[in-house]
Amino acid sequence: MKNSRPQAANYFPRDRAWHPQAYAPGYKSSVLRAPQRPLIAFANTLSETTGPAFGHDLIGPLDNDLTLNFAQPGMSAIGERVVVQGRVMDERGQPVPNVLLEFWQANAGGRYRHKKDNYLAPLDPNFGGCGRTVTGDDGTYAFRTVRPGPYPWPNGPNDWRPAHIHISVFGQAFAQRLITQMYFEGDPLIPRCPIVRTINDPAAIDMLVARLDMDASAPMDSLTYRFDIVLRGSRSTLFENRLEGN
Amino acid sequence: MTNVTPGPLYPFKESPSQTAGPYVHIGLTPNFCGIEGVYDQDLGIAMVNDKTSGEHITVEGRVFDGAGTPLKDVLVEIWQADADGLYNSPAEPRGTADPAFTGWGRCAADQTTGHFRFETIKPGRVPFTDGRLQAPHINIWIVARGINLGLNTRIYFEDEADANAADPVFERFEHKDRVATLLAKGGNGKYSHDIHLQGPQETVFFDI
Repeated sequence: MKNSRPQAANYFPRDRAWHPQAYAPGYKSSVLRAPQRPLIAFANTLSETTGPAFGHDLIGPLDNDLTLNFAQPGMSAIGERVVVQGRVMDERGQPVPNVLLEFWQANAGGRYRHKKDNYLAPLDPNFGGCGRTVTGDDGTYAFRTVRPGPYPWPNGPNDWRPAHIHISVFGQAFAQRLITQMYFEGDPLIPRCPIVRTINDPAAIDMLVARLDMDASAPMDSLTYRFDIVLRGSRSTLFENRLEGN
Repeated sequence: MTNVTPGPLYPFKESPSQTAGPYVHIGLTPNFCGIEGVYDQDLGIAMVNDKTSGEHITVEGRVFDGAGTPLKDVLVEIWQADADGLYNSPAEPRGTADPAFTGWGRCAADQTTGHFRFETIKPGRVPFTDGRLQAPHINIWIVARGINLGLNTRIYFEDEADANAADPVFERFEHKDRVATLLAKGGNGKYSHDIHLQGPQETVFFDI
């Protein structure tokens, strides 16, 4: 019964000291939502090394432009126009092509278009706050938006989130599934934020801070921020011409 | 003599996770939260159609916090094999899965009751690393406000007792009573499965 060949790819284990801890009491919501028993580990099977694929045909022409995709014809969202671009790669530095990225964020005043958000900053009638794209063959991606504002939240008595964009990433395997947040270089709220501080290692926090990229910025149009995303790597590459037996 | 590259096996660290937050629906299920006209429909709401092979089932449940309160802002994704045990993925090396089955679903919990619900099929069996068959299971990934790194667990089925008894993953459990936390209850196409993040009924979560 043990005569089949080994699994095609095994992902490097997650470094769970690098990721935020489940129980991080400075972020109060985590206290009752953190498992207390140890996670059970086992070797990757096809259940973990496979994952859904989403084609480029899923993506509409405005899906990656949050300044326009909810705006009335001829209108645009209000705020600081920015392009976010970067590369999705794995821990070995290999590009991760043709994977779906989804984004969501508050508007320029820090208000989300969500019925649970009752912050007094107004909604922007031309801004929805969601977008998506699929990485190219070289793993690169880009989207246009307005820079989100910081907003207060009921954690400590005077806690404010830094400006941030939520990013959801599919890799090529369910084991690579990741949601994170992108912050903006130089924001003084970053080191004060209890959610940022669920991460212990300053180098890990630094990976979530997008850099202003003046060379890529379009004069008289928009500033560009550079944000690269790293997904788990695997010991052998599944998509080279050795699908079996590697 | 071969060149040996100095330094770590893999030079880059994974991007650290952050919570999906309470407004995850804006990005992942915008139509569900009233942001209409951006996407035709939310991704992952339809896994099956009339042509999908296998036993059509519904799986419904809730996710509870350590105080026994259901999470009303949780988002659940599932990933599973088709009726023949094949994944609808470019990384599936064994053959082509049922084209009428996506294998992947996404559901935002009901914002009043906290229920999630999937219309899917009973998955076939998938081999473990040594070739033995795993019991039928659905892989789940859970994100929400207060969850800093998405939680991985599985749904097995209580009416698959023989397969469950031989499941290689369950062999890893030191405390066998915890197997029960992964068994969906029911049969005849209707299953319920609650997930407890913390406490005496705590669901098994995996480091996959």
